Amino acid sequence: MTASTPIETTSARDAQLHPVGRRIMHWVNALAILVMIGSGWRIYNYYPALPWHFGFPYYLTLGGDFTVTEAINNEDGLANALAWHFAAMWVLVLNFLAYLIVGVVSGHFRRDFLPVSPGAFARDFFAALRGRLGHQLGEYNAVQKVFYWGVLAAILVTILSGLSIWKPVQLKELTWLFGGYEFARVVHFFGMAAIVGFLVVHLALTALVPKTLVAMVFGRVSAPPHPKKGVLR
Amino acid sequence: MTRLILDRKATVAGIERRLFLRQSLSLGVLSMLTGCDISDQDDVQSVLKLMSRWNDRAQAFLFRREALAPTYGESDVVRDFRYNAFFPAADAPKLSAADYRLELSGLIEDKRSWSVERLYTLPQQGQITRHVCVEGWSMIGKWSGPPLGDFLKRVGADLSAKYVGYQCADGYYGSIDMPTALHPQTIMAFKFADQILPVKYGYPFKVRIPTKLGFKNPKWVTTIFVTNRMPGGFWEDRGYNWFSGS
Repeated sequence: MTASTPIETTSARDAQLHPVGRRIMHWVNALAILVMIGSGWRIYNYYPALPWHFGFPYYLTLGGDFTVTEAINNEDGLANALAWHFAAMWVLVLNFLAYLIVGVVSGHFRRDFLPVSPGAFARDFFAALRGRLGHQLGEYNAVQKVFYWGVLAAILVTILSGLSIWKPVQLKELTWLFGGYEFARVVHFFGMAAIVGFLVVHLALTALVPKTLVAMVFGRVSAPPHPKKGVLR
Repeated sequence: MTRLILDRKATVAGIERRLFLRQSLSLGVLSMLTGCDISDQDDVQSVLKLMSRWNDRAQAFLFRREALAPTYGESDVVRDFRYNAFFPAADAPKLSAADYRLELSGLIEDKRSWSVERLYTLPQQGQITRHVCVEGWSMIGKWSGPPLGDFLKRVGADLSAKYVGYQCADGYYGSIDMPTALHPQTIMAFKFADQILPVKYGYPFKVRIPTKLGFKNPKWVTTIFVTNRMPGGFWEDRGYNWFSGS
């Protein structure tokens, strides 16, 4: 028996779930999204786009300490948040574009996110409500597929509405598409809200099935996560 | 035997991974709980400033002189337009037509100063455009006055220079890029809603730039200069993006 045999055995038992490129893009995206949300919440607080008077708790926003900013910048805390927002914007957009291109070219979208139909979504959704939807690493059920398409769409809409707020003159056709400057801010807000909603579910499910986190960090898990059958009782 | 060692190695690796994971997780939780915000650190500040310079260049690249800001109808004009400055309206500088002179300096041939009377002889045009504040609010207003580009040509400004800077009676200062200064909708606004510009909106004139955020539109302008050295600006020196184009 050669030394390599057990290693091969171990590898064969592993499921390669996420190639390194996808994992890097996932975590770059996670960081960029967090910076965008944190700074965006503070920017929102300075002039809320929605008629209801609510603001985000100051300690959840990104942009530095009020008094420190006042001391070093002689400014009340908006400049830092904007600087973060317009810096992370490049990371988010470039990473998102790379992900879309790789997703199409590598067949990741076709293989993992398709096919999906309203019928399959309804079936899996109600199965999940009854607690009868199994989870198999590396294989997405219809609810997951719809969720991933949904968050990709939400990120896209948030990026485009964000561009239309940033450049309402140079990109005025885009701004018009979002119902004008004022309404584009509302769209941008609800795009963010959809992403945050996804994040809550995403993190909750990750906490329920921690192996998905291991897979997203190391690419593989050390043993078959579940027996071949998908449905757990 | 070999297998046993390898398995053990795998186990050790697994434990290390788990430890690493747990440590990185707790680091994240710790920074969240303590509200540790890295924004104010010097190196973070310099990276953000670097990105802001990059955004200046990107926005200058996106800027097209022929792209006009959307215009609106008379009925869209907000009559009670918001007063906005870093001091209350009562403290706004009250410049008198008799004493006021617009000073010109820098890369300009004819540096003679201009009285209000003489400024009013320049051909004016009106615009109904949206004023967008960096804070996020916006209002539609009607401003009238001569295009800044026409004025710069008339006084023999070096139009190949990079920046047009301004100083104001309230101590405010700032600058814009030459392409924006020459944009057809960049005007020296002598009027608001067809009335002589009130004191609180910048009498005798504000530079109205619908392709820039509000803070790039100076009021109570007393000096205009042309230069190749980046003059910065009041809010830009406090961390806001310099180009701030729309």
